[in-house]
Amino acid sequence: MMNQEDIYNNVVRIVSKHAKDTEALNSINPQTHILNDLKVNSARLVDIVLDFEDTFDLEISDDDADRIATIGDAVTLVKALKN
Amino acid sequence: MARRVVITGMGVVAANANNQLEFLDALRAARSGLRFMPELEDLGFACQVAAIPKGLEAALATIPENIRLATNECMSYATIAALEAYKDAGLEPAPGDQPDDTTGAIIGTGIGGIDTLSLRVVPNVRDKRVKRIGSTVVEQIMGSGSAARIAGLLGLGNQVFSNSSACNTGTEAMIMGTQRIQLGLADRMLVGGTEGSDPHIWAGFDSMKVLSRKFNSDPEAASRPMSASAGGFIPAAGSGVLVLEDLETAQKRGVRIYAEIIGSAINCGGMRAGGTMTMPSSSGVQKCISQALKAAAIDPRAVDYINGHLTATIADPMELNNWSVALDRKPGDFPWINSTKSLIGHSLGAAGAIEAVATILQLHYGFIHASRNCEDFHPDIKDFVRHVPQSTQNVPLQIAAKASFGFGDVNSCVIFRKWSAS
Repeated sequence: MMNQEDIYNNVVRIVSKHAKDTEALNSINPQTHILNDLKVNSARLVDIVLDFEDTFDLEISDDDADRIATIGDAVTLVKALKN
Repeated sequence: MARRVVITGMGVVAANANNQLEFLDALRAARSGLRFMPELEDLGFACQVAAIPKGLEAALATIPENIRLATNECMSYATIAALEAYKDAGLEPAPGDQPDDTTGAIIGTGIGGIDTLSLRVVPNVRDKRVKRIGSTVVEQIMGSGSAARIAGLLGLGNQVFSNSSACNTGTEAMIMGTQRIQLGLADRMLVGGTEGSDPHIWAGFDSMKVLSRKFNSDPEAASRPMSASAGGFIPAAGSGVLVLEDLETAQKRGVRIYAEIIGSAINCGGMRAGGTMTMPSSSGVQKCISQALKAAAIDPRAVDYINGHLTATIADPMELNNWSVALDRKPGDFPWINSTKSLIGHSLGAAGAIEAVATILQLHYGFIHASRNCEDFHPDIKDFVRHVPQSTQNVPLQIAAKASFGFGDVNSCVIFRKWSAS
């Protein structure tokens, strides 16, 4: 069973792989905006969501995926789906 | 008068070298990159030898992770070769948001991202899991994937695309880039070809019985161009990329120039007069070479060296005779000729570009690498044997010819002259 910290660390690990602005990773936090702050190519959100599904063993609907903007949004969604 | 086009940078990834310096050393030593492949044996291939680059981890680590995740094998070879060629030409990606509008890229492939298709697209579609394919597949299977990847890394603002003409692709890309510079549409073009190593690419060739199948226990002997025992080519992977540049632009930058492209031609035999989808028409090949020589405005006797297409199939003797007719030079008066494929196999769409790098290195440094595995020279071309080096020869060279031929009866030929400031 993953706790909040495990979920956060995994979300950061998965999103970080796609960051174009790697400098911004130094100050990553729950408020960090995936597209605006990390400059992730918006097309890659699809791959990030697939990686969440594999890592956390869950299914994320398109509507839920569309609501992910920040690292914190992703953590909250994963936590909700796991409970 | 058309602008003059010179080569100012080269990069290469092949089975016997991961960069230009290693390639120079490997050519001089006639080092083989051919290896036995247990995977091909397991899969029931008749040919169980291949020539695949290895040890590229450090080069790949220089590509940012977010890009690497969307870069398959075929694209990664092209990317490594292009970054090396660009640096070799003394260039750096322009800082800021402005692309370099004077520079473009033509990076072709004969087959392309079949590994991505076979590993990610086919299984997921077959299992009705399309959602699982992800966002990076399209850019890895689109024909222009490698050219697009390179353009993004370097910020190229001129025309960026990929050509495809089977095993003719790499040489054709070089000629198309030359023409674009000559027309004044670009000052600089990165040109070349790339190919991955997936068994799904090679299965069709194996089934056609055009791959070498009798030397699985002696892999380095398996690619045998011009030999009596040649029984097909060895499948290979890799990439070659060259920086072509308008002469005045290069001279203004004060950069080292390797060679000038003084003539070239592209044609198709039209699958007439003996030409088919899989065999070249001799008259088409001869016409292509003649047109390149005419464009170069040189006496055919000035050609010192030919880097042949020479794949180790039944077409080898025909190729030598075609060169002889087109150059109007009999065996006693023939230039040096060798087959780089004897060292690194046949990398299809990448072959012409990798072999162009080999040709220019030999021209620049004055040597001709040994053509391996033809000690039992083919009897139909025995009169040419003394023009095929069995060991590497140090020879000053001025003019070299490179040709490639591909399925579809397509041909291309380039004439290079060693650069001399005078």
